[in-house]
Amino acid sequence: MSTKIRIRNLNFFYGAQQALYDISLDIPEREVVAFIGPSGCGKSTFLRTLNRMNDTIPSAKVNGTVEIDGKDIYSPGTDVVALRRKVGMVFQKSNPFPKSIFENVAYGIRINGIHSSKTDLAERVERALRDAALWDEVKDRLNTSAFGLSGGQQQRLCIARALAVQPELILMDEPASALDPIATQKIEELVVELKKNYTIVIVTHNMQQAARVSGRTAFFMLGKLVEYNTTQKMFQNPDEKLTEDYITGRFG
Amino acid sequence: MERRIIDEQLDQLRDKILLLGGATEAAVQKAMRALVERDSELARKVLEDDKIIDQMELEIDRLSIEILALQHPAAHDLRFVISVAKITPILERIADHAGSIAEAALVLNTEPPVKNYVDFPIMAQTAAEMLRAALDAFTNEDSELSRQIIERDKEIDRSYKRVFNELLEMMIENPSATTGAAHLLFVAKHLERIGDYVKDICELNVYLREAAFIKHSRNKSKQES
Repeated sequence: MSTKIRIRNLNFFYGAQQALYDISLDIPEREVVAFIGPSGCGKSTFLRTLNRMNDTIPSAKVNGTVEIDGKDIYSPGTDVVALRRKVGMVFQKSNPFPKSIFENVAYGIRINGIHSSKTDLAERVERALRDAALWDEVKDRLNTSAFGLSGGQQQRLCIARALAVQPELILMDEPASALDPIATQKIEELVVELKKNYTIVIVTHNMQQAARVSGRTAFFMLGKLVEYNTTQKMFQNPDEKLTEDYITGRFG
Repeated sequence: MERRIIDEQLDQLRDKILLLGGATEAAVQKAMRALVERDSELARKVLEDDKIIDQMELEIDRLSIEILALQHPAAHDLRFVISVAKITPILERIADHAGSIAEAALVLNTEPPVKNYVDFPIMAQTAAEMLRAALDAFTNEDSELSRQIIERDKEIDRSYKRVFNELLEMMIENPSATTGAAHLLFVAKHLERIGDYVKDICELNVYLREAAFIKHSRNKSKQES
């Protein structure tokens, strides 16, 4: 399995406050990697370094390297817009645009000029909605407001929106934490399905979710990577006592 | 260390399996005493107590499933519950073998003594010692001791072969002793099986400690998890 993202000695600062310490890890292609750890451990910050979302924070400072397909995304001259197209993101709270379901998915395709015709655009929207396991539920009401969808459907719409611009990587920051168990299950099934074509990094507070969907798990604490192992190993026999204490609820 | 909700249930589970282990060990010893000392009363007690052991097994099953369903144990907690759930039926089967020995004692005690029970007490003692040591190794999560116990099973196997040949010769030389000798053969086989089961427990002890499966592996001294 080839490496999609190669991170070496990554340090991250919010002003004088260091949030990530010397993180090095490899994320394999077409694999689901889960980031776990207590609140404030830096897992979401780390996730955001992978598509330079932290650039929007004025005091943020990064050193170290993040290579995607062998290219350092922090090197001068990196096209950040192209990077974020390649590395899609889904957030904890679904955030559809105040537009129709169709327009939500079509938006990224349009602004990136990916489509060749109106028919092509419609086909791409359909494909994205199908890939996000939402098509059957919305095909008869594509022109109605996205706000009419349930929470779980809105989240899958956001995934469809991310998929529409043909990313290679998808970052998910607690994508199911606000959803009920059925909607959560749909998202998890979707993650497993998407793994066939995409590399996925998912931040989750739900241990069982990490265990169910990911092939590898990284455990963070106080800005440091404590352990990175196969999920099977992490949940059966982790190498580090800290990991064991965390996943067995000895501290939270 | 902060005490978690699961800790209380894991402690309960530990207590229950240790009680079951103690009851199983007592059953084996009593059954052998009933045989060697020709004590039919004691043999009947072993058979009666087997119902209590069956009940203990059910309680452990119920608690193990409850912990898995409600607490979602991971890492060492998970290995502990899995080990207990797998060791429990092994102990119950050992107790069944003790029951079978007690049944054989009931028959043999009505017949004239077939032979001097020299090998049997040794075999039985080895089996009981191994069982006790295996339970200690489980309690202390001692995989080193568990591996040593696994090696001791060979002692029982050797005794079994010796007893087997001896009883076979006896049957050929003295056909009137065939019924008694046949029952003793079964007793020897039960003890030999108990040794095998103790070995299984020790393999699970190693899993509990090291997350390594050494069952069916040729080299049980080292195995990657």
